[in-house]
Amino acid sequence: RGLTFLFFPSLRHDDLKEMLDSNKDSSKLEAMKRIVAMIARGKNASDLFPAVVKNVACKNIEVKKLVYVYLVRYAEEQQDLALLSISTFQRGLKDPNQLIRASALRVLSSIRVTIIVPIMMLAIKEAASDMSPYVRKTAAHAIPKLYSLDPEQKDQLIEVIEKLLADKTTLVAGSVVMAFEEVCPERIDLIHKNYRKLCNLLIDVEEWGQVVIINMLTRYARTQFLNPNINDDEEEEKEKKSEAAALAKRKPYVMDPDHRLLLRNTKPLLQSRNAAVVMAVAQLYFHLAPKAEVGVIAKALVRLLRSHSEVQYVVLQNVATMTIKRRGMFEPYLKSFYIRSTDPTQIKVLKLEVLTNLANETNISTILREFQTYIKSMDKDFVAATIQAIGRCATNIGEVRDTCLNGLVQLLSNRDELVVAESVVVIKKLLQMQPEKHSDIIKHMAKLTDNIQVPMARASILWLIGEYCEHVPKIAPDVLRKMAKSFTNEEDIVKLQIINLAAKLYLTNSKQTKLLTQYVLNLAKYDQNYDIRDRARFIRQLIVPTEKCGALSKYAKKLFLALKPAPVLESPFKDRDHFQLGSLSHLLNAKAGGYQELPDWPEAAPDPSVRNVEVKESVRAVGTLRHKLLSKKTSLFTCGFLESDSASGSESGSGSEESGSGSESEESEEGSESEEEEEEEEGEEKDQKKKKNKEIKKPNSSEEEERKNERKRRQRKNDSESESEEEEDESESESSQSESEDSDSEAEVKKKKVKVMNTISPSSATKSYELLHRITGEGLSVEYCFSRQPFSPDANMVAVQIEFTNNTTNDTKNLHMEDVKLQSGMRVKEFPEIELLPAGETTTAVMGIDFCDSTQAANFQLCTHSRKFFVSIQPPVGELMRPVFLTENEFKKEQGQLMGMNEITEKLMLDVKCRNEHAIVQRVITAANLSRVPCGSDKECRFSGRTVTSSSLVLVTVASKEEGTAQLMVNCEKMVIGTMLVKDILLALTQ
Amino acid sequence: MLGFFVGEMIHSLFLINLSGDIFLEKHWKSVVGRSVLDYFFEAKEKAVNPEDVAPVLQTPHHYLISIYRGKIFFLAVIQTEVPPLFVIEFLHRVADTFQDYFGECSENVIKDNLVIVYELLEEMLDNGFPLATESNVLKEMIRPPTILRSVVNTLTGGTNVGDMLPTGQLSNIPWRRAGVKYTNNEAYFDVIEEIDAILDKSGTTVFAEIQGVIEACVKLTGMPDLTLSFMNPRLLDDVSFHPCVRFKRWESERVLSFIPPDGNFTLMTYHVSSQNLVAIPIYVKQNISFFETGSCGRLDITIGPKQTMGKTVEGLMVTVPMPKAVLSVNLTASQGNFTYDLATKVLVWDIGKLNPQKLPNLKGSLSVQAGAPKPEENPALNINLKIQQVAISGLKVNRLDMYGEKYKPFKGVKYVTKAGKFQVRT
Repeated sequence: RGLTFLFFPSLRHDDLKEMLDSNKDSSKLEAMKRIVAMIARGKNASDLFPAVVKNVACKNIEVKKLVYVYLVRYAEEQQDLALLSISTFQRGLKDPNQLIRASALRVLSSIRVTIIVPIMMLAIKEAASDMSPYVRKTAAHAIPKLYSLDPEQKDQLIEVIEKLLADKTTLVAGSVVMAFEEVCPERIDLIHKNYRKLCNLLIDVEEWGQVVIINMLTRYARTQFLNPNINDDEEEEKEKKSEAAALAKRKPYVMDPDHRLLLRNTKPLLQSRNAAVVMAVAQLYFHLAPKAEVGVIAKALVRLLRSHSEVQYVVLQNVATMTIKRRGMFEPYLKSFYIRSTDPTQIKVLKLEVLTNLANETNISTILREFQTYIKSMDKDFVAATIQAIGRCATNIGEVRDTCLNGLVQLLSNRDELVVAESVVVIKKLLQMQPEKHSDIIKHMAKLTDNIQVPMARASILWLIGEYCEHVPKIAPDVLRKMAKSFTNEEDIVKLQIINLAAKLYLTNSKQTKLLTQYVLNLAKYDQNYDIRDRARFIRQLIVPTEKCGALSKYAKKLFLALKPAPVLESPFKDRDHFQLGSLSHLLNAKAGGYQELPDWPEAAPDPSVRNVEVKESVRAVGTLRHKLLSKKTSLFTCGFLESDSASGSESGSGSEESGSGSESEESEEGSESEEEEEEEEGEEKDQKKKKNKEIKKPNSSEEEERKNERKRRQRKNDSESESEEEEDESESESSQSESEDSDSEAEVKKKKVKVMNTISPSSATKSYELLHRITGEGLSVEYCFSRQPFSPDANMVAVQIEFTNNTTNDTKNLHMEDVKLQSGMRVKEFPEIELLPAGETTTAVMGIDFCDSTQAANFQLCTHSRKFFVSIQPPVGELMRPVFLTENEFKKEQGQLMGMNEITEKLMLDVKCRNEHAIVQRVITAANLSRVPCGSDKECRFSGRTVTSSSLVLVTVASKEEGTAQLMVNCEKMVIGTMLVKDILLALTQ
Repeated sequence: MLGFFVGEMIHSLFLINLSGDIFLEKHWKSVVGRSVLDYFFEAKEKAVNPEDVAPVLQTPHHYLISIYRGKIFFLAVIQTEVPPLFVIEFLHRVADTFQDYFGECSENVIKDNLVIVYELLEEMLDNGFPLATESNVLKEMIRPPTILRSVVNTLTGGTNVGDMLPTGQLSNIPWRRAGVKYTNNEAYFDVIEEIDAILDKSGTTVFAEIQGVIEACVKLTGMPDLTLSFMNPRLLDDVSFHPCVRFKRWESERVLSFIPPDGNFTLMTYHVSSQNLVAIPIYVKQNISFFETGSCGRLDITIGPKQTMGKTVEGLMVTVPMPKAVLSVNLTASQGNFTYDLATKVLVWDIGKLNPQKLPNLKGSLSVQAGAPKPEENPALNINLKIQQVAISGLKVNRLDMYGEKYKPFKGVKYVTKAGKFQVRT
């Protein structure tokens, strides 16, 4: 190769080389464009490699990109030269711009040169812990590339996959699952801990990632959960077995809450605009959902039939398979499968398949009427398929067998021979079911042998006559006579049937046909086809008695004229569902390379606790909180803290023995509990007085025991809570229960903590808003404020304190709320009814609202015994969060994870009165419910919090600079919250 | 690689025109030779129409998944298991992107913009897995060609490639560009409904349904948060949304709440509940017959208004694919023009506006190839029509509100009804 290169330099490309070597970017660009166009047209441009690769570090970004395109295409062929470019990409991997880092990794990992495997490995590992989720996504994409280059790296790559699976951003989720599917789909254990997260992230993942995740989770669910239809299936079997035994065996089925979670979180995606996503959810429901719930997918699949014909083609294949197992769900959409003359043939045939599968006693007449129009179509392949379909309807539905048969017989006089032939074949199958009733049809068909030429049809007719020769005793020998005459000119399949007919007639009516049979057998003996010669020899031995005739000839009649079972006309889609629906393998009905079998349901469910996740973050948060507290009041605190710790320790130990749900679950419980605890600590301040009496009780051992049981019960309940939203009430009562428990046990600790809290908690004046004006309220005025207290019945709710003042001279009774109108996802815990508000008095009540981290208003009616008022509560964004304590390092770390679009920076000019640290802190904390983060510099104030509903971190930094200028930075995963918060804080600091 | 391979979604892409020329190829992994396409060409030869080529073909070592758009086959080469719809949907997205960038998706336009096409493909797939398929994101990275820019670029050596961060790609709202600014802020919504119907010989409705789509053109500054509500959302039976629509709000309140992409997009598609009777705007009286002898036939079609909601039916057009034996037609139209394509045997009658006082009629004789048997089936009539200012289902937008931004946008909603797959059997 090198030699030819030397001796025959491509003259054509010299101009391009010159342009690439020039100093002007414009000519470089022009050259690269021409080269890329060559590649696009499939022309060889490999000889330009040295000239192109020189430009890999070109400043012009488009030139650079086109060089990348070239490099990826030819690096494999020119490995040595390609290595020259590697250092550029290595430099790019360290670039401060995340986009450049990502693109460097993309190109580096696309260069298929084995020698750089270690470099790639290193780059991927580094990128997997990059701050930017976009770079991490690219790392996930690079994993399968490296794996295909060097499968030896599998173990190391699995480590990276494991790390990336733990990533919490939607951007990464789809890509890493794709890498998982390609590198280590068998490592289902890696999914356990991420299962719930993936389910919850799913709706926000980009479309392509959704497809990959849903398909993977379908397989996962098949290994981890029980068959939801197990009892239904058993019922079918039960009919055969003795009932008592089956009943004894039957266990009540309870769906794992995680199984439910998957079904619930995928369902909305049936509304996706992306057909692949809809299909993915549909197959998930088909393979995983209880029978009663599968129906929801039908509507979505029928919708896809409106899409491009390629989409229709795939969807119809899957619908065809589904209609065999779950016919009912598509019945309402029967008409959506009606065929238009403009449909491509393959679509027509598939629709026909579905219509046939859907046919039953009630709709068959409609379907047959529809079929009648199809038979007249100009598309003959389609007509043939329709005739087959009619045959299948006739075999499946006894009531219409005669109608179908008559219809088909009429088709025998059709002008088109193909139609006639197809009809003959189908009629033959139908007649086998009740031959005695239809000797006239057989006669009719016998006459057709004179005209019909299609071999398959001729063969079918001959077989029929032979089989039922007793029903047409006069005609059969005559047909044989004609056939003997034309024997030599017939096709092979027809010849075989002539021999067959001859044999059968010989056995039943040897008198008339003996000679004819001999004649036919003689002709066959010298036929060119050895099958026919063999058959003739075999039959002669069997039917014609000779001296040395074997034992078999006694049974000749039994052999030939045995009662043959009627053929079963089956859908070609029967049992296709052993392939995962929606897959390529299902479509081809053959296993494609890399196909992962859909596992059978397990007999017994594997341990569900493997999916429990320790809530590390909150534990850590509490830890630091405690740490801080400790440092302030060490002496007071130590004993109480330790006490509670040891208590929970012993508990988790015993819990694992008894509950059988594993120690880990117990641990996670512990984690979430401490979170609650944390919230309560703050809430305690005001409720303190109320509860004090209760709290002071010392925990004794029997109570301890009871608490353990209570806790277990609670955990089980918590699981079921996630199963269905209707049980919300219950869970609410639970959390209040847990509250009292906690206060029981850790009473002492709390008492002390509360004191500490008072010193830490920022004093913030709460702002009141008007809910109902005195005049519109006809004397009742209502104001509300966000008390910033945790709402104890439900940690996800924002507490709203409402103050009612009765300005009238009459008592107001039965103050309560009604008709709550909420945006989706939002929830309200109503305040308890105020029975009496005497004239001139004021009272307060607390309600909780889960705003779902949005500033949408909660609308409701405020009712008294006589009037109703429409009111609404809209929260300022700053009230949608609760403070969390972070250390400076934690703050910086978290901030590093929330860059890019999650970071908003604004420059501002501080208000004159607000140029010291104290004032800034005061104003920020008034504007938003955040807590201060300790900081070494007095130029910077940092604040942290989490949104109430989704617990997304909210980080605020105000860095003051010279002459009253400052920079405000908000990092928050929820961009809308971030944006709004910036506005509010900006306003607070500048006015 | 020693016979070892891992799956990647899409290995290679070929663009092939109707005459079988490959005018673009792109490989995301090692190069796949063109010979793999022989299986495709074989299938293409056999197919009567290009639409009849099976979208999924199997070869000994590869699978070929193709779509047919704009007289081009987009063919993806696959090596391992992958959901076929995943590939098909992606290929259509590629075609949509070309359409969006160049105004049309045709061989010529792709050939003229080969480099941009290549750059687009590079961004849309990474290692065969879709990377950036949102048009808003792509447009930030690769600017669509305009005449002005291409002139400036040739003069200055400027580029089509954006050097900015494609912010959408990195955010939770990948469909919207950041920092959008307009002097005129406007949001327009087109509610387009299509009637799919099959009418039988006697004019009875065999099957009818309404499919709707809301196309949006939103040019609003900043990060607007819109809600759109309907007067009668109960009409909507089945819906599918652009990813921007918050599904939970829809479920609980039947309100569309969304941060829109910038520019044109399809907000939702819907199906009108089949409980509602579908208004069929026209009736068709037709008589097409072929005589047993004399190798000729007769055709007589009259169209009249039926349930038009008091509006004028426009853009009326009848397309009749004739049996192959029909050699020529000798017809007179009382209104509009008709053409008969001798090669494809398709009769097109372009009527235009439907005047209820003077019903359009097409009448005359058909001459059939001598000696050919009388066609078994009469051809079906495919109807096109348009009714402005009405959504035939009666769907009405109630209001559009904007949150998150302070300015007042111009808002507009337009309704139009069209015939979808509207077929009259004869």
